[in-house]
Amino acid sequence: MTLGSVPLRYKVSIDHDHCMQCMRCVDNCSYGVYRVEGDKIIIDSRKCTACHRCISMCPRDAINLQERPVDYRSHPLWTAEAREDIINQARTGKIILAGMGNALDYPVIFDRLVLDACQVTNPSIDPLREPMELRTYLGKKPSRLDFRKNDEGDVELVTELAPNLKLETPIMIGHMSYGAISLNTQLSLAKAVTEMGTFMGTGEGGMHRSLHPYQDHTIVQVASGRFGVDIDYLERGAAIEIKIGQGAKPGIGGHLPGEKVCVDVSCTRMIPLGSDAISPAPHHDIYSIEDLAQLVRSLKEATEWKKPVFVKIAAVHNVAAIAAGIARSSADAVVIDGFRGGTGAAPKVFRDNVGIPIEAAIAAVDHKLNDQGVRNEVSIIASGGIRNSADLAKSIALGADAVYIGTASLIALGCRVCGNCYRGLCPWGIATQRQDLVDRIDPEIGGRNVANLIHAWTLELSELMGAAGLNSIESLRGNRERLRGYMLDEGMLKVLNVEPVGA
Amino acid sequence: MEKLVIDAKGMHYTPLNKQIRQAVAAGVKEIEINNVLGQRFIANGLRGDVKITINGIPGGDLCMFMNGPECTVHGDCEHAPGNTMDGGMIIVHGSAGDAVAHSMRGGKVYVRNNIGYRGGIHMKEYESKKPMLVIGGTSHAFLGEYMAGGLILVLGMGSQPLMEDRGIGSGIHGGEIVIRGNVSDRLLGVGAIKTEFTESDLKRLSPVIEDFCSRFDIDPVPLMDTNYTRIVPSSSRPFAGKYTWE
Repeated sequence: MTLGSVPLRYKVSIDHDHCMQCMRCVDNCSYGVYRVEGDKIIIDSRKCTACHRCISMCPRDAINLQERPVDYRSHPLWTAEAREDIINQARTGKIILAGMGNALDYPVIFDRLVLDACQVTNPSIDPLREPMELRTYLGKKPSRLDFRKNDEGDVELVTELAPNLKLETPIMIGHMSYGAISLNTQLSLAKAVTEMGTFMGTGEGGMHRSLHPYQDHTIVQVASGRFGVDIDYLERGAAIEIKIGQGAKPGIGGHLPGEKVCVDVSCTRMIPLGSDAISPAPHHDIYSIEDLAQLVRSLKEATEWKKPVFVKIAAVHNVAAIAAGIARSSADAVVIDGFRGGTGAAPKVFRDNVGIPIEAAIAAVDHKLNDQGVRNEVSIIASGGIRNSADLAKSIALGADAVYIGTASLIALGCRVCGNCYRGLCPWGIATQRQDLVDRIDPEIGGRNVANLIHAWTLELSELMGAAGLNSIESLRGNRERLRGYMLDEGMLKVLNVEPVGA
Repeated sequence: MEKLVIDAKGMHYTPLNKQIRQAVAAGVKEIEINNVLGQRFIANGLRGDVKITINGIPGGDLCMFMNGPECTVHGDCEHAPGNTMDGGMIIVHGSAGDAVAHSMRGGKVYVRNNIGYRGGIHMKEYESKKPMLVIGGTSHAFLGEYMAGGLILVLGMGSQPLMEDRGIGSGIHGGEIVIRGNVSDRLLGVGAIKTEFTESDLKRLSPVIEDFCSRFDIDPVPLMDTNYTRIVPSSSRPFAGKYTWE
């Protein structure tokens, strides 16, 4: 008995009235959808991933793509995807891997929250003529300041301040490792954050030497595999981040497949060519909150207490209590990654089913830290599904100090969220190490595009703040009065600590 | 100044490390630290050519991220000496706790007696950098788990049977674990297989055994035979067969 084939996922067709046979589709598709036979372009739709590379390169708009051209008998429970996953696992007996973030149709809380604006009783502010203060400092803030007068009668600060990161805008780029993404992608991101006065994460993969000129704008990551981690690497970063978990796959480690470990990736990660890079699920020197404190302090001690240390966790059920523990570990910021966070590859069952939404996690953590009087001890960085400046503004109003964007920054480089990152053939040159594909990204142009995106969101954030009569990001942070819930249930409103619309 | 003596009694680790770093920067080649009692992170991230002697019991993460120095401990060690160490050497005249040489990528850790759980976990090698963990006694479970390179050598002196704990080399995908005597199959972790320890292996490892013995004033001769078990990965890609694409 055979299961036969499943229906086509995508159907690609060429409008021959428009096609001028320039062959750009053939050249651009790294999945092998197109081939030339005689004077004809032959299409193998089964290989298509809907990455849109051919469509974006076609000078005549002659290519059409249709998702799920073959109908199944419709059924609300047994969706096409449910049926196809079973067929796949009946064939292979294996764990299904998938790329990008959570693809289940959960309600988006951001889209059920609305922002406020001034009318009559307090004036709104025009960012064109009034200064808007978006500068954000990440790290510990003292609970009190002590001063003394010196001999000349000037006042001097006595309190020793912990090192902070200075951001010109509360948007950073999250950790995507060299290996998961290409060098030209990392270089584009590095150029953008340097220009915009913000920071990017290196991911767990060390730092390629080409990134050294931008190191003052990088946050280096220490994850459970400790790939690429040595004292030079730690000293290069502006801050250090311990990765405990990731929103796309809470509770499990990572495996960079051997195919992606090329000469340069092997050198940066400091592992043999072609071997799997395995990051275990836990850090095996962290089995408790006390052990976490030990690693935080160890990293600080190694870098002479000059750098802030962040701890990144996936947003899970007990995120608030966990963050409260982190706040007592000497860490300077807690990064919370929501269940919509992206990834190069994750078991689908984790990607789609484990973790909680970032909106609820931010509010719960901010609330708990305030309740316990330790909110000043750690900054909150939110990530996992921030799509636009509205999500950014809402995140800050729920209590975040800044956000990390990942997928959004890749879309600015061409990514169309096709979700095939784990195959290493990304035709946009992002999630691949194949040089001819990597060369498709010019870091100058890529950097410009990503900087444009950050700039645009920053402008929009200023406008939103001005409309709400706020001229400083501190006045928006945790300011739930500026949010109202629309069609959210009472339980959710309570967690978010937000009033419903009309209240 | 060639030698510095520090009395660490009641001292916090930060001023202690500051003193060590300043001394190394000033060209001191030998540092003796007395009355060490639980100070963590000693020689953390330290670089340079210096010999450090610790008299007492250092706390966790001794020599973490260290690259270069040689550190001798006259006493036992806590959790994770040699954690993510890059180069240099730790010589422990005693026993050590869990996660010894965790993620170590270069240099040597010698422990005269026994170690706890997860010794040499995720050790890895790259080109000329091959980390080495040598244990005079025996080890608890999960020795060399996720090991990606380097050498773990267990000499089993003074313990009978030599290894009793399971999970040896679970998920190992590089490097080798060599254990004195025979190791029962039921102690091997997933992905680890036993191979014969040959004369050429002995020839290759005898400088290591001799060096270890010379550091602790032990006669190496009784250890110079092929009565060892060599444990290696069954594949450099232990998880390759676990997944299917969406």
